[in-house]
Amino acid sequence: MSAAILIVAEHDGSTLATGTAKCVACAATVAQAQITVVVCASDAAAVARQAADLQGVHRVLTVEHPVHAHPLAAAIAPQIAALAAPYTHVFGPSSTFGKDLMPRIAALLETAQVSDIMAVESPRRFRRPIYAGNAIVTVEIPEDAKVVGTVRTASFPAAGTGGTARIEKVAAPAEPPPHTRFVSSTAAKSDRPDLQTAARVISGGRALGSAEAFQMLYRLADKLGAAVGASRAAVDAGYAPNELQVGQTGKIIAPELYVAIGISGAIQHLTGIKDARTIVAINKDPQAPIFEVADLGLVGDLFEIVPQIEKLL
Amino acid sequence: MMKRIVVGIKRVVDYNVRIRVKPDGSGVALDGVKMSVNPFDEIALEEAIRIKERGLAEEVVVASVGPADCQAQLRTCLAMGADRALHVHSDTPTEPLTTARILLKLIEREQPFLVLLGKQAIDDDNGQTGQMLAALWQRPQATFASKIALAEGKAQVTREVDAGLETLEVDLPAVVTADLRLNEPRYVKLPEIMKAKKKPLETLSVESLGIAPRVHLRTVRVDPPPQRQKGMCVENAAELVAALKAKGLLAS
Repeated sequence: MSAAILIVAEHDGSTLATGTAKCVACAATVAQAQITVVVCASDAAAVARQAADLQGVHRVLTVEHPVHAHPLAAAIAPQIAALAAPYTHVFGPSSTFGKDLMPRIAALLETAQVSDIMAVESPRRFRRPIYAGNAIVTVEIPEDAKVVGTVRTASFPAAGTGGTARIEKVAAPAEPPPHTRFVSSTAAKSDRPDLQTAARVISGGRALGSAEAFQMLYRLADKLGAAVGASRAAVDAGYAPNELQVGQTGKIIAPELYVAIGISGAIQHLTGIKDARTIVAINKDPQAPIFEVADLGLVGDLFEIVPQIEKLL
Repeated sequence: MMKRIVVGIKRVVDYNVRIRVKPDGSGVALDGVKMSVNPFDEIALEEAIRIKERGLAEEVVVASVGPADCQAQLRTCLAMGADRALHVHSDTPTEPLTTARILLKLIEREQPFLVLLGKQAIDDDNGQTGQMLAALWQRPQATFASKIALAEGKAQVTREVDAGLETLEVDLPAVVTADLRLNEPRYVKLPEIMKAKKKPLETLSVESLGIAPRVHLRTVRVDPPPQRQKGMCVENAAELVAALKAKGLLAS
């Protein structure tokens, strides 16, 4: 039996988020999948073209409505639920966008959700992490139910480009409810690479001791073309903004290089980085759990080591 | 009508416990393991209590779906400052959608102006119940909240999203799920624990709420995660940079 998979696109109005390309890659591992991407936007043209360009995408649907200028789950969910009938699967990325939206869709469809899909075992059988990644559960959705899932983006490569999907405009099938309104966003536009998709990440922990000390990491990151991340302890202490948090309750990332500086390595943090290709740890405590997972470890004072590294680059 | 907040809480393995997967792959070993209120739910409850302390709510009702043992966690919540507790008895774990259906029944009964839950439980890491409840209730949701400002009939909620912070305005009643930085929950003092023993705790059955739990998702097996190989240590910054260069990780 073939699978008809609907993927809800994440975007900022002009650019398709990488998470969507990862959902496509995940969906493509489902046998005989026919993949449709749906873009809900106020003006969907640019994002739809990017989605149509992804390898493996069969068709792109656009739903345009002024309310979709901002990604409100309460507005998008009824559109997707109304479009979902012909599909066996509905996927979205395991970003805050998808985590917010997909359970609302699942409930409207009266079905369960598989959160954080890390592997597809069969069209109805998936592996996902539980207990902060300290166990992996294999779950199965019965034949008669739709599969709604969020895709753990760190587990999949992004689908390539060069696809030739056709784009179809559909009239908004649902009238979004007026009870939820966008007010403002502080999305910091940074010249640095995006933490979620960066090939290299320099991350700092509580041992940095201050927001000023974090500037040292930004300098190092800029030299390496890296993104900056932070442990929960560093974010809670106010050394770094919340969007930099890496771990169970922050971002789950899979860079080529992850450099953990002054991070002890609580299990909640390690779950956010265990898919990194190479982990480097710099910490003055040789017993720190981060060294258990690090490919390269250096025991010592970060305030001496980081400037030395910067000079050597 | 009384201005009421309902808070949903879950009994989970304590944050500090290092869990073990059973060798037969049937699940996670829970015998004798310390259990606690899910940390995010504790934050949700703290927020509800603070809203009441500011005079913006009159009653905080805490609800949980779980085995008889979860009454211990409900008592903790009463000691923190909840006024009364609802325990919906279920010896088998309920899926988020079933939990949401149960909570909806309680909400129809209690008529709260605000429902607070944690953004995810740290055992199953599903992060679904609040959103599912909002969908079934056909009310607004504001997930991953780091700030809640209440006004007449509505709330402005600041949310922690991947790009930074986003503020939504929602009409009440609404479902809000708590993120880490919403507040820091208070410690419970002994006199409160004593007082909590006298606070009302009502037990209901899933069936009495007219709900037939459905299995939407079957657990096939549980495995330990793949382990990373422990690497090597270098002596100084120069060796580290040389090792990274050798691995080709510093080339742009």
